[in-house]
Amino acid sequence: MSEHDDVLLEVKNLKTYFALDEGTLKALDDVSFEIRKNRVLGVVGESGCGKSVTAQSIMQIVPKPGTVSGEILWHGSDGEVIDIGQLDVEGEQMRQIRGNEIAMIFQEPMTAFSPVHTIGNQLTESYFVHGKHNKAEARKRAIELLEDVGIPAADRRIDEYTFQLSGGMRQRAMIAMAMMNQPQLLIADEPTTALDVTIQAQILRLMKRLQREFGMAIMFITHDLGVIANMADDVAVMYRGKMVEFGTVRQVLKAPKHPYTKALLRSIPNFSLDKQRLEAIQGTVGMPLDPPNECPYNNRCDVATPECFVAMPETTRFADGHCVACYRYTDIEEGTLE
Amino acid sequence: MTENSPILEVKNLKKYFPIEKGILRRVVGNVKAVDDLSFHIHAGKTLGLVGESGSGKTTVGHCVIRAYDITDGEIIFRPNDKDVELGHLSRKELRPYRKHMQMIFQDPYSSLDPRKTVFDIISEPLRINKTHSGKALENRVRELLELVGLEVKYMKRYPHAFSGGQRQRLGIARALALNPKVIICDEAVSALDVSVQAQIINLLVDLQKEFGLTYLFIAHDLSVIEHISDEVMVMYVGRVMEYADTQELFRNPKHPYTEALMKSIPIPDPDRPLLDEDEVVGELPDPANPPTGCYFHPRCKYAQQICREKTPPLMQVGDNHTSACHFADELELQGLII
Repeated sequence: MSEHDDVLLEVKNLKTYFALDEGTLKALDDVSFEIRKNRVLGVVGESGCGKSVTAQSIMQIVPKPGTVSGEILWHGSDGEVIDIGQLDVEGEQMRQIRGNEIAMIFQEPMTAFSPVHTIGNQLTESYFVHGKHNKAEARKRAIELLEDVGIPAADRRIDEYTFQLSGGMRQRAMIAMAMMNQPQLLIADEPTTALDVTIQAQILRLMKRLQREFGMAIMFITHDLGVIANMADDVAVMYRGKMVEFGTVRQVLKAPKHPYTKALLRSIPNFSLDKQRLEAIQGTVGMPLDPPNECPYNNRCDVATPECFVAMPETTRFADGHCVACYRYTDIEEGTLE
Repeated sequence: MTENSPILEVKNLKKYFPIEKGILRRVVGNVKAVDDLSFHIHAGKTLGLVGESGSGKTTVGHCVIRAYDITDGEIIFRPNDKDVELGHLSRKELRPYRKHMQMIFQDPYSSLDPRKTVFDIISEPLRINKTHSGKALENRVRELLELVGLEVKYMKRYPHAFSGGQRQRLGIARALALNPKVIICDEAVSALDVSVQAQIINLLVDLQKEFGLTYLFIAHDLSVIEHISDEVMVMYVGRVMEYADTQELFRNPKHPYTEALMKSIPIPDPDRPLLDEDEVVGELPDPANPPTGCYFHPRCKYAQQICREKTPPLMQVGDNHTSACHFADELELQGLII
């Protein structure tokens, strides 16, 4: 897949399965994509599509009894390519990457922070864990970062606890914590979903600025296509453990090829003057055990044909890099449908 | 009742929560959760109530159905020919009116008793009000399930077997059981995925047409509010900022807060990004200690001296359009509908 020379992370045929008593839950089934340096990859889909499991698989923090297979190739700063999937989950090398080269922020900062340690303790901890020992320097860096992310009176706030912060400020503190070791990749799992819209806009602007200033890549997971439009350079659309479409933000939002992406865009109330019925997608995502290897969207798709129920379509890659996993895209393209 | 009397009219509603201190629980102040709020809804129409968390939207809903005792004001309800003032009725006096007003909640997981079957949940209001029994009761539950698009065979199942969207349908069926006149939808679609959200919005619109229902629709999502409401009231820290017909409000906002909210919404179009100059700084004030003058002035980019000193009254700024801004007539604000 890789044809760019600025690839930071390559994911190939990633499969994350949970073997349960009742059968196998295929949270991720043969997912491939890449994240390029200095760019933002938006990962979008509804709940249960495997967005968070993708992040967990990269960080090697998949909860039990999940097993990860496939390749997760990390192009480190020293030019070396490491397959994260092959590393010992708790080994030294993985710990060196996790929280240091790749950092992560979460939807609910209250549960991601410890309530019994001060903000400063938690920020400097990740600094110490990764081999830097100067206490005064760590504190100085923490204060600088807290100021940088827009926390007023950072030199005082650093000694407070996270419950003393508002939701927006907590999210800022978590971003500061993730930035402590200047990661090359920041994985953000629905970081603004719990926030009010004015605060969400502030956090999105902040993340965009930090991304540019630090020259890092972001993998931005969200269900909100509006957030995607504002943050992402590239977009991966996921559906029930599969990646059904991949392309630049313009390709995916302006000229979507997969019926799911199109339906998702149509189902959003869009401030148009004509008050038409919303075009809902019938049914729900669902997560069947031991699913057959067919298109996961076939039961909700309005253009599905019998072949969609026989086998999973191959991913088609276009000359402009736009990828889609659908049998019907050509029909849709040529306008013979709709 | 004249032709034009609204079915629900709220006048100068106030709900203060006392702040208590010390072991003697001395009252040292009040949180003015709802402060002098007036609105009305005509039968068969939808009033959208929008604002960020902590703005008092939910408290308004709870006051209207009298889940809370109100501090001051009137709630005039016209279920049939005569006016009833609900605001100061006792629990017992309220009884005959309760069935006319129902509520749908945000979280379809916590609003359904996990130990009751679908039949128990939906039939409960019918049994309590002794409107149906025996075979008639079962038939009514059947009818309600069909109305909300659920299969009748699910009647003996428990809520855990249903998806979020299906649970929300159960909540709607329960609310419809007693043929209410007014339904208060408190963030009824906020927890749902967009494709399912569209299904539920369409269902609510269909039911409104079929039964002439009146909705007080509480939400933080402006796109949903815009889609479903006939009129919109924008709240901020317990006060009304702006109140107008939906199209008018979104085309021609007359309050800087309304404009700020609209400009903070990420639109799923890469050509309409959030602009840095539209950033709303700061956060919602502490409702126990709100700023002087206009509550929005610390975050308002148009604020002048008078905004810090004097609370702007709600003023008529157009046909059926009021705004609580000193400069409502002078500012050239931008709407969202283009």
